[in-house]
Amino acid sequence: MAVHTSRTAAQAAGDGTDVARGRGRGGLKRALATHWYAWAMVAPVVLVLGVIIGWPLVRGVYLSLTDANERNVARTIGANTIEASYSFVGLDNYTAVLSDPVFWQRLVWTVLWTVVCVSVTFTLGLALANMLNRNFRGRAFYRMALILPWAVPGFVSVFAWRFLFNRDNGILNKVLEGGGIGAIPWLDDPTWAKLSVITVNVWLGVPFMMVALLGGLQSIPGELYEAAEMDGASAWQRFRHITLPGLRAVSMTVILLSTIWTFNMFPVIFLLTRGGPGDSTEILVTQAFREAFVSSPRDFAGSATWGVLILALLMIFALVYRRSLRKQGEVW
Amino acid sequence: MTATTSAPSARKRGERSPLASVALHATLIAASVIAVFPVLWVLLTSLKPAKDAISTDFVKDPTLENYRYLVESTSFFTWFGNSVLVAGVTTVLGVFIAATTGYAVSRFKFPGMRPLMWTLLVTQMFPMAILIVPLYNLMGQLGLLNQPLGLIITYLTIAVPFCAWMMKGFFDTIPVEIDESGRVDGLNPFGTFWRLILPLARPGLAVTAFYSFITAWGEVAYASAFMVGDDNLTLAGGLQTFVTQYTANWGPMTAASVLIAIPAAIFFVFAQRHLVAGMTAGATKG
Repeated sequence: MAVHTSRTAAQAAGDGTDVARGRGRGGLKRALATHWYAWAMVAPVVLVLGVIIGWPLVRGVYLSLTDANERNVARTIGANTIEASYSFVGLDNYTAVLSDPVFWQRLVWTVLWTVVCVSVTFTLGLALANMLNRNFRGRAFYRMALILPWAVPGFVSVFAWRFLFNRDNGILNKVLEGGGIGAIPWLDDPTWAKLSVITVNVWLGVPFMMVALLGGLQSIPGELYEAAEMDGASAWQRFRHITLPGLRAVSMTVILLSTIWTFNMFPVIFLLTRGGPGDSTEILVTQAFREAFVSSPRDFAGSATWGVLILALLMIFALVYRRSLRKQGEVW
Repeated sequence: MTATTSAPSARKRGERSPLASVALHATLIAASVIAVFPVLWVLLTSLKPAKDAISTDFVKDPTLENYRYLVESTSFFTWFGNSVLVAGVTTVLGVFIAATTGYAVSRFKFPGMRPLMWTLLVTQMFPMAILIVPLYNLMGQLGLLNQPLGLIITYLTIAVPFCAWMMKGFFDTIPVEIDESGRVDGLNPFGTFWRLILPLARPGLAVTAFYSFITAWGEVAYASAFMVGDDNLTLAGGLQTFVTQYTANWGPMTAASVLIAIPAAIFFVFAQRHLVAGMTAGATKG
């Protein structure tokens, strides 16, 4: 799709040649003449990325190497400006966090939460997409109804669920009571709370999966199914050998997106349980938030350390994922 | 489904036995009920008198009492205004800054393109946990905590990479021949972009804008950390004030939820088809 900004055939071979030429005499000038408008077009974004993402990122990494907390950072109280007085402590924060069992507990639960949420969401999304990919009356209606959880802002839905889950007055427990079952401590018992946050996150995530996979299903040519059917392939065989391979590209993308979103899913946990009861549903990002904004004194350095570790984990995940795709011949 | 293959002459492809039809509809009805019920329940509760918020009746003495309370006794409309301001400005700035970049990475091959695309992708998976502390300290030093501007700048960190990525996907769907015809007519790349491509990409721009609006509208972490005090809250913070550890004001909470959700949901229904296409196309063709 891309039109080469270069005018010579040699440069069309790829970026590598451009870079090689850039090193030669006059190469930089030529590169500038050829590419200046492409560079001018990306300049605003590069600037924004550098100033409000790059700089804070560097600063975050630096903070993780200090002992900054709310008492020793630079701040203004009334008319007085207090200078920062925190100091560089090297990797102390990392040793402290990594040798603390809390980090490993959070990591295990975060990974479990992510894997369960993504796999359940994907399975349900795939099943519903397959059902909606047929011709029948009421299809548009079902589609609309099933997409609703996505249309409502997330934090509103989470409060709706908190209302349903309420132990004494929530509709779920009242219905169970009517059926002769005792009240379930949806959000007040560690195990139930874990199940509840997963339920809510799946409920929030299924519509996106379903719509994305439905799009993928509709792009699979119908002739493939006809041909398979003539050859006597069963429904399962058609699903296994036509539908699944046809959905590969879109599945890879939505699974990657959904994994990252779930791993970083702050609002569901924070608004539903605040990480509780105790700290049983605290995932890595809510823990990082708690360090800096809930616990007292606010531990900025500790929070930054958690942040860096979370980012490192996600990067490793993305690289491994990308490599495994490459191995299977995907060009992503 | 096996019935279809065992009796191919009786039924055409895609037709189902009555039993399979019933199962299909039953499953879909169950799924739809689960999807709709929480939202519906909030809507119904918001119309009950506040003291009956926890009643299990579907409809009970319908009244707008909760809405009246919201308007008269809370800062709901201040929060609403704050959210509109923050999300609106973020969206306009985000789309404006990112439009040219989306076009450049969609059309041109230039040194630095691949690293840029990677950066755009990677920054989208940044957890807020890594940026929140430095941004909080920075805003504190600049005196921008509790200011809409502080939150707007912060949201640009989310909106800009996302908008650029989405718009690349939309520009990819516009045939390159249009650019070429522009060049033949003597337009420079900026002219081509501004006069030919941007007007064609209007639906894509609208969807991108809408989605970054919704993202900013629903953001919780930064809003909870940066904004305090009743008059400065955005909706995400304001809604939290109804239901705390100690109080549960379900009536007004549900009414506020309805007022927050309705505009978003209406727009969403129109935008969602393009939305998925844009997101997945951007990611797979990258």
